[in-house]
Amino acid sequence: MAKIKSFEELKKIKDQVQSKVGLREKGENIDNLIQIRVAMATCGIASGAREIMNYMIDEMTSQGIENAVVTQTGCMGYCYAEPTIEVTTPGKEPVIYGDVTKEKAKEIIDEHVIKGELVDGIIPMTHKTIDQ
Amino acid sequence: MANYTMHMLVCSGTGCKSAESDLITANLEKYVAEANMTDEVQVLKTGCFGFCEKGPVVKILPDNTFYVQVTPDDAEEIVNEHIIKGRKVERLLFVDPKTEKMVSDSKKMDFYKKQLRIALRNCGLIDPDNIDEYIARDGYHALGMALTEMTPQDVIKVVKDSGLRGRGGGGFPTGLKWEIASKNDADQKYVVCNADEGDPGAFMDRSILEGDPHSVVEAMAICGYSMGATIGKVYIRAEYPLAIKRLEKAIEDAREYGLLGKDIMGTGFDFDIELTFGAGAFVCGEETALIHSMEGERGEPTTKPPFPAESGYWGKPTNVNNVETFANVPVILLKGADWFSSIGSEKSKGTKVFALAGKINNVGLIEVPMGTTLREVIYDIGGGIKDGKKFKAVQTGGPSGGCLTVDDLDTPIDYENLIAKGSMMGSGGMIVMDEDDCMPAVAKFYLEFTEEESCGKCTPCRVGTKRLSELLELITDGKGKMEHLDELKRLSRVIKDTALCGLGQTAPNPVLSTMEAFWDEYIAHIKDGRCPAGQCTNLLQYIISEAKCVGCTACVRVCPTNAITGTVKKPHVIDQAKCIKCGACYDKCKFEAISKQ
Ligand SMILES: Cc1cc2nc3c(=O)[nH]c(=O)nc-3n(C[C@H](O)[C@H](O)[C@H](O)COP(=O)(O)O)c2cc1C
Ligand code: SF4
Ligand code: SF4
Repeated sequence: MAKIKSFEELKKIKDQVQSKVGLREKGENIDNLIQIRVAMATCGIASGAREIMNYMIDEMTSQGIENAVVTQTGCMGYCYAEPTIEVTTPGKEPVIYGDVTKEKAKEIIDEHVIKGELVDGIIPMTHKTIDQ
Repeated sequence: MANYTMHMLVCSGTGCKSAESDLITANLEKYVAEANMTDEVQVLKTGCFGFCEKGPVVKILPDNTFYVQVTPDDAEEIVNEHIIKGRKVERLLFVDPKTEKMVSDSKKMDFYKKQLRIALRNCGLIDPDNIDEYIARDGYHALGMALTEMTPQDVIKVVKDSGLRGRGGGGFPTGLKWEIASKNDADQKYVVCNADEGDPGAFMDRSILEGDPHSVVEAMAICGYSMGATIGKVYIRAEYPLAIKRLEKAIEDAREYGLLGKDIMGTGFDFDIELTFGAGAFVCGEETALIHSMEGERGEPTTKPPFPAESGYWGKPTNVNNVETFANVPVILLKGADWFSSIGSEKSKGTKVFALAGKINNVGLIEVPMGTTLREVIYDIGGGIKDGKKFKAVQTGGPSGGCLTVDDLDTPIDYENLIAKGSMMGSGGMIVMDEDDCMPAVAKFYLEFTEEESCGKCTPCRVGTKRLSELLELITDGKGKMEHLDELKRLSRVIKDTALCGLGQTAPNPVLSTMEAFWDEYIAHIKDGRCPAGQCTNLLQYIISEAKCVGCTACVRVCPTNAITGTVKKPHVIDQAKCIKCGACYDKCKFEAISKQ
């Protein structure tokens, strides 16, 4: 490891390593954040949930979205519509999207996460999330 | 690069480690790998979560699921259920003893609700062995800011304005201490971190060093800059192997990053840290004794003045601070003096870490704002007294402190209030006692401790503590006389006034404070030959109730001295002259016919 030669350099390193603890810091404040849960059971992964999840994390990082957190959950029971993601805005009922593609994921970020407007592709709720 | 969406934090403080938390970590890693989730789920070891009562703890983030009393065998189920299926493992969730409901979110646990973590801000949140995680939490930014944007006087001013006071016991204003050291000119000055932590039952400093060693390293460098010292020394007891290991790794990593050593961050400031190991003598926590011990001399105190800030390590100006004091410093610089001084009570700012121990439900490590009441600490955070017993007293300040009673439950805890109550803050040990604890025996326990730990240099302490503990021995043995009480008081005064160092000066506190608050108990021992708490064996009498005894003879057979006599189906009696108070009959009787008095 090269030595840190200035305070500026230290700040740069912090930006690079921030993601290491960012998720944990968000946990402290989870009730005020929009939670995006990607179903990461076998069926979800087989349909490309992992790619969608990584895409969403990267996209939100590059847009600098701080008030949302991407995490994973198990099978939500919509195997016919994988990849599925659940978006929960504080104080509101969770919403589940099915057959999420990268384009759809982008739309969800741009419309739902940022502007709070629902987009097409919502699966009617039939299950309870693990917290209930 | 891995895009983690879930973190599994495993406590690996000394407590949980001894309960196999290393194996839990290894198993979690194994099953996460089997599930092919290593890019999504990160398993890591952190410092203490504080909830030692129910350790080992595994916390899952970001959803704050808090699994307690986890065993290595539970790892598979946690991964399969929580990670793969998205369901919580209910049997491992914490059950609130008051509501008997499961609490999955640690933020909603009573234990955490009233806590405010400043000194422990990173404990249980970051991997203490990973300097990058500390940097990600703004680590070394306070140092960077001090070196590039502040003069040493600016730094001292912030620390002074914050109102931070020493957490090692005395409560001396930290900024003022730094200022004195900065004004004393010398070719070499030293920063010393006191990590001797000798109070029985205390583990605050150990937990900070195990959970967040970089915070202490950074603060020592900041202190060095403010006072013009280039060498830091940590005096740490050799009985803390894990804290030593983590601290050594932190120092090494900081050097590698150029955050210790020559020309730190290109500013021209040099600072480095060495460790000295203490052998675990309580008196070596006293700063002058500590300095002599570091110089290779006997660990004996010397009179102050001169204070270490004038003439300390090798006669040079030396600033000694406690681990927890240091751990507060970087955040104070980053968030400002106003932020810190807005927390706490009028003269005691910020928070204090306490180690809760004794007869309390939630044994563990807590941090609360100064001014929190004892009631909140014991009942809300501590979960109340074990086994539904009655609260009797709490000892703060360890062997130098005193006891607080039911009357003090609503007293805000801060330096001044504790002193006013005849106790002291000390380093933060809190030992909770219930109705079964005998107060003269508690005083005896502490006096035996100080008698053992007295360095022997001065007579009032060496001989005085021995005399005090002999008198207490007489009282708890049932041989006490009323004049012994006067003698205890008189001797206590003399020791307080004449002992050389803090150890001796404060040693009588447990005697004086228990006599003050529990005078009746002393009298009961002496006048009635009775121990109200039923603890002092020599004062106990086992008595068979004529009404309840059915004459089953069970007790006769277990009594080792044949003290029990009687005919079958008739009430039995115990010959007190033969009874050795072993309690065997008491345990044996199925009819609750035998009582302890
Ligand atoms: C007998 C005795 C034992 C002490 N033990 C400790 C100790 O274990 N840790 C500690 O930090 N201070 C201890 N002190 C207090 C130190 O002398 C000193 O005041 C303290 O380290 C200063 O740091 P602070 O201002 O940050 O509290 C002890 C004092 C006495 C008299
Ligand atoms: S008061 Fe006790 S510990 Fe302190 S110098 Fe005297 S003998 Fe030693
Ligand atoms: S065991 Fe109890 S009931 Fe039986 S003889 Fe002894 S005191 Fe009486």
